Amino acid sequence: MKNLDEIREVVRDPYGYAKKYKAKTHQKIVGYFCSYAPEEIIWAAGALPFRIFGRKGNIHLADQHLQSYCCSLVRSVLEEALSGELNFLDGAIFPHTCDSIQRLSDIWRLNVPFGFHTDVVLPVKLNTDSAREYMVSVLRVFRADLEKKLDVTITDDALKASMTLYDQLRSTLRKLYEIRAKRPDIISGSDVYHIVKAAVIMDREHLLTLLSGVVKELKQKKPDGVKFDRKRVVISGGVCDFPDIYQLIEEAGGSVVWDDLCTGMRSFEGDFDKTADPIEAVAGRYLDRVVCPAKHSGLTSRADHLVRMVREKAAQGVIILLLKFCDPHAFDYPYLKNALDREGVPSLLLEVEDQLPPEGQLKTRFEAFLEML
Amino acid sequence: MAEEMKVLDPEKEKRKIQSAKKMKEIMTAYYIEAKTAGETGKKVAWITSGGPVEPLIVMDVIPVYPENHGAMIGASRMGAALYEKAEAMGYASDLCSYACSDIACAPINGGPIGGLPRPDMLICCNNICGTVLKWYEIQARYFNVPLFILDTPFCHTEYTEEMRKYVRRQIDEYLRFLEEHCGKKYDYDRMKEVGKLSVTGQKLWQAVLDTTMHKPAPMSAFDAFFHLALIVTLRGTQQAVDYYEMLLAEMKQRITDDIGAIPNERYRLLWDNLPVWYRTKWLSEKFAAQDACLVADTYTSAWCGSLKYVDENNFLETMAECYTRIYLNIGVDEMARTVTAMVDKYDVDGIVMHSNRSCKPYSLGQYDIQRIVEKQKGIPSLMLEADMTDERKFSESQIETRIDAFIEILQEKKRKT
Repeated sequence: MKNLDEIREVVRDPYGYAKKYKAKTHQKIVGYFCSYAPEEIIWAAGALPFRIFGRKGNIHLADQHLQSYCCSLVRSVLEEALSGELNFLDGAIFPHTCDSIQRLSDIWRLNVPFGFHTDVVLPVKLNTDSAREYMVSVLRVFRADLEKKLDVTITDDALKASMTLYDQLRSTLRKLYEIRAKRPDIISGSDVYHIVKAAVIMDREHLLTLLSGVVKELKQKKPDGVKFDRKRVVISGGVCDFPDIYQLIEEAGGSVVWDDLCTGMRSFEGDFDKTADPIEAVAGRYLDRVVCPAKHSGLTSRADHLVRMVREKAAQGVIILLLKFCDPHAFDYPYLKNALDREGVPSLLLEVEDQLPPEGQLKTRFEAFLEML
Repeated sequence: MAEEMKVLDPEKEKRKIQSAKKMKEIMTAYYIEAKTAGETGKKVAWITSGGPVEPLIVMDVIPVYPENHGAMIGASRMGAALYEKAEAMGYASDLCSYACSDIACAPINGGPIGGLPRPDMLICCNNICGTVLKWYEIQARYFNVPLFILDTPFCHTEYTEEMRKYVRRQIDEYLRFLEEHCGKKYDYDRMKEVGKLSVTGQKLWQAVLDTTMHKPAPMSAFDAFFHLALIVTLRGTQQAVDYYEMLLAEMKQRITDDIGAIPNERYRLLWDNLPVWYRTKWLSEKFAAQDACLVADTYTSAWCGSLKYVDENNFLETMAECYTRIYLNIGVDEMARTVTAMVDKYDVDGIVMHSNRSCKPYSLGQYDIQRIVEKQKGIPSLMLEADMTDERKFSESQIETRIDAFIEILQEKKRKT
């Protein structure tokens, strides 16, 4: 598929893409690290929202600022900034999530010489009226702040157009997920990974065109007659920037049919309320969406959601991806595991850092887990 | 019998803080009351160390502090064993050791006091970290009790009007939560008294800490770690006020009598981060042997650091800001300014920073604070990597070597001046 090739190309070299995009369009690029960054407002300001994933290994400069017990994601994105790799960014925004990202924001503000820096201190609890009111007010302040920093006016019309684009993009991504859930052999996990990653990096308009083409082709694809006999699994966790993991799961006899990742379903779940004021609609989506464990929306909401997802997607097991030193996810793990155990759903905990464990070891673990299902 | 036969060292006896005995009595009585709440019919609320306890006092609810429990677990050297139990429950080995040891205590009534009394409700204020949110969610599920979250937005560079409104609204929600779960109306008149007592207690605690501006310092940070317990657990009560008045008088007397915390104070140091609970004695002796006294710290002063935002005659309206702008809920640069001001105030020669694997909001950013303060004040600093409660993360030989090297730097500097 030609469209997929183009997407894969972008994801292979995101910084190269960003620089080319900037040279071609003369648009600004705004970096972010988390699915709570209000991308729609950035896009409405005429800038490209660009999610930063960090590098694999080779961290020196960040060691001057962050201890070894800080997660590799935070350490590596700081390394990228300090080494100048990210100097194509016109600014970076820091929605409040965990304690480490919170300090990353301070350290970035004090040490990174290029681009503007903006904190978006969202509420941590999301299930009260006062939190909703605060969220809306913070997003309004952010909109005004971004107007100043990018020297633009963000009109309601521009915001609504941006939100329509995001709605379309997100619903197309959901369609892709639905197609895969029905026919997991129709597209590889690695391809889906590339598409979802492209959706937080690329020119969103262009991506929507490419993605619509991909979805159309997949829909037309006739079953090849081979019986699907791989095990259906769900991946749960935070950031998953490991294309290889999908292939390893597939080689071991499994298929990822859905996920609860902040670089997956959580980044495109939920529509905007079209009848609401645009900023209220942006806030509303965050408040209704399944949460990151650094946020609170009830005592069992994440486990309930995970169990429901497993049932709905007829998954046989769950692979829980845990980034070492990620406190919010690590504190949630026993409760998620217990909820799955109670439902008789087997799960596998996979601790990762900036790189995956050795391939041989991973393969053995996946094979043993999938065999059990 | 062995006790009676022991010959007391008069030099050591002279330096012992007499109020400590009273403090132990108060804390013992407090824990007995809390542990027997089931018999007296009083309600028990677990609350985070930086949380607004005053409304609980108003409602006659006994506040219990899992973090104080964590400190006791650490001081009793039960941290590692309890953390291992938490690991067996599925918790990763590099999380907050307070949280993990407390979580492990609950199902087995473990730890130095046989577990904390069962809570009727949980009050979690995230002004100190995001970990307390996860910790209290876990305990709310375990005990199946209501949880109130006071969400205090992080003040990277400012305390905004939006934040003020949000936290103020939540204070009302907090009072409604208490009314619902205590089955009685909130007493606003009593709030005024408790608010005043809270502010008076905090001011007294600050005055106690300020006595170490004197040379030699009549007490050290290690003493402060101990005497801190009441401003955390009984803030807003007459008992805390009385105690700190007594302690302050004793410190003033020591100044008059020229009694220092250590026999020969040559180097005055500032401690940053939580104590290493299972090694406070070892560390205090280690530094004292080199004539170094830790005269102040950023940790114990956090319980009076935001006094500037509170109006004791209007506690209810001003507590939102007071609780939101505490030391750990502010940006790294503002923390560095606080440290710099303390370096001047207490006239310290160097800084000892505990890089605490358990506490990311306190520790991440320390390297930057270290550089800013070193540059501005021209004083050396020492970074010790350890953990507040988990003794497995403490390497004695490594830390000893680093302390010795640091003292040499201080000696060298003193010789030159």
